[in-house]
Amino acid sequence: MTIPLEAPIDARRRNAVRTEPVVDRRSLDDPRLELLELERQGELIVQKIDREAIRVHTRYGREKRIQKAHLWHHKSCGQCGHIPGYSTSIFWVMRKLGYDYHDPHDQTSCTAWNYYASATSNTAAQAAVAVRNFAAAYESGYFPLIHCGTSYGHYKEVREELIRHPELRAQVRAIMAKLGKPLVLPEEIVHYSEWFHALRDEIAAKQVRDVSKIVVTVHPACHYYKIVAGDAIYDADIYGGQRTAVVTALVQALGAEVRDYSTWFDCCGFGFRHILVQRDFTRSFATLRKIEVMKEEANPDVVLTHDTGCVTTLDKSQFAAKAHGRNVGLAVLSEAQFAALAMGAHPYRVCQLHWHSADYRPLLEKMGIDWEKAWAEFQGDLGRLESGEKRYLDWEDVDGEHSRNGARVQPH
Amino acid sequence: MTATAARDAWTDVYCKSPEVGGYEEVPLEVKADLFEQVKGDIRFGDYLYGCYECGICVGACPSAKFYDFSPRRVAQAAAREDVALIYQQMQEDIWECSQCFSCLRCPRGNNPGGIITIMREVAVRNGLVSAKEALVGYSRIIYKIMSSGTQVSPDMLRPDAFPDWGPETGDVADNLDLWRRALPAETMHTTSTGWSVADRTLLELYVIWLETGALDMIAEVDSGLHSILRELMEERLEEEGIEL
Repeated sequence: MTIPLEAPIDARRRNAVRTEPVVDRRSLDDPRLELLELERQGELIVQKIDREAIRVHTRYGREKRIQKAHLWHHKSCGQCGHIPGYSTSIFWVMRKLGYDYHDPHDQTSCTAWNYYASATSNTAAQAAVAVRNFAAAYESGYFPLIHCGTSYGHYKEVREELIRHPELRAQVRAIMAKLGKPLVLPEEIVHYSEWFHALRDEIAAKQVRDVSKIVVTVHPACHYYKIVAGDAIYDADIYGGQRTAVVTALVQALGAEVRDYSTWFDCCGFGFRHILVQRDFTRSFATLRKIEVMKEEANPDVVLTHDTGCVTTLDKSQFAAKAHGRNVGLAVLSEAQFAALAMGAHPYRVCQLHWHSADYRPLLEKMGIDWEKAWAEFQGDLGRLESGEKRYLDWEDVDGEHSRNGARVQPH
Repeated sequence: MTATAARDAWTDVYCKSPEVGGYEEVPLEVKADLFEQVKGDIRFGDYLYGCYECGICVGACPSAKFYDFSPRRVAQAAAREDVALIYQQMQEDIWECSQCFSCLRCPRGNNPGGIITIMREVAVRNGLVSAKEALVGYSRIIYKIMSSGTQVSPDMLRPDAFPDWGPETGDVADNLDLWRRALPAETMHTTSTGWSVADRTLLELYVIWLETGALDMIAEVDSGLHSILRELMEERLEEEGIEL
């Protein structure tokens, strides 16, 4: 199914209108300016972008800068916990492009998965958790890059709350003082998919695998573009600026075919508490409203998305539906894994696809990847670990790029 | 339930009542106090601006497609300050929300999902039956996030916990230590947490939970878990000589 977007795109081109300025109470017009004003008043510290950055546009036209290197990776508990190839692909692509980063130990989860699931927290605690992580990034000198869509969305909420409510700033400042840390927020809150979007041409320039025969559907992650919507990246050339441009623009830069489907706006069914303790809802929604619709309307080789919960939900929900003969069976990857594969990453050493449930092998075959050979290589790696030859694999084992690009890992 | 009560339940505008929902009916003053707690949250004024009754939020809502649930009803009840209906929603509806925030499509600028977040917090803090029921089976997650600083850890991927996720979950469980050691990122060789969190960082997190009252919120819904976590955190902070 194709949604006709040519008319609005052409109209915008004719009128040279790139974005749609509207009044949206739920997003501050320019949170960056608000932060800088609060810094001027001595209320907080703003961690500045201090390296080369790429300029992109947000939904209502505000310009946002994406720092390319020297980044503090705010990891995702769900990615690291059960889709580890999601995180390692982000790291790998950054290493491959030659940009240094810091993978910290002094980071906690944003705890927002639990908060949206159980509400066993409060505004002050959530803000303090966010600021403590931002302070750790600030102390390191590296600029934060948020891996999880929910962390990204929640931190944007927290930023709005801190800007709007001086009493909350005072409470958080007092807690931070107990920890010996300042009340600090970054100049921009940046999701990793925004970094991939901003650097898509550099990523495409390093592409070694042809993906032009791959058909992709994109699931835009709710917490990326629905929470504080004004701060998500939009581009008039992508969906006529009517949907977020991240993921889709990257996939197009890599040369794959993006096909549309009617339920693109629907969430994946994650539900936060539902995925853990009420999965009948999650399974039903993910398969009936997303996977089956994609298969019927677009028949893709893979669905790509850019958030922890979405990859988990869409990937894990298909097994039970398959037992009932439903029209499922669709590979689910993050766009970071897809980009890494296109750049030549190993499907198991880097992308860790053996942690996935939905069958990804037909996709690999269509990408020209001999997954049986790759699996045998990975088994060889595991054998080295089991024999005691090595305790852990490292980046050098992955592709011999150990430390070449200046990546720093904090000693534990 | 008597036939009359059953009929009354079905003639209720939302086909629900305390008898059906299985929760305690309380005096109007208690309901009003609960609403005042919701309204008193600093975010409430940023989340509610009225309602056009257009239903866009319902059309966008995933939970509305599978449950008798409506973000519009929640926004309208809050706007009308209908404390009785809000109490009913706190007991029956709020835990069905997916917290995806698709309802932010609201042309009026409301945030029904955010109002629900606040209502959930109030339900937890006051130990409402709905909160206790919603969190049954969830305690281990709260323990994990509050004690370790990361949420769903690799060792939670057990086939008995996620039988519907396919045989790959069993493969992960069977090979967990080996597969974690095969990850190239040094921070991710852990099995009981998503990544290795520094001890000092954990202590800082404990200070946050204790100082903000977040830990004490769970006392009303799970007193046993609350005691375990409080003891753990206070003991560790005392060992390190950190005073609150």
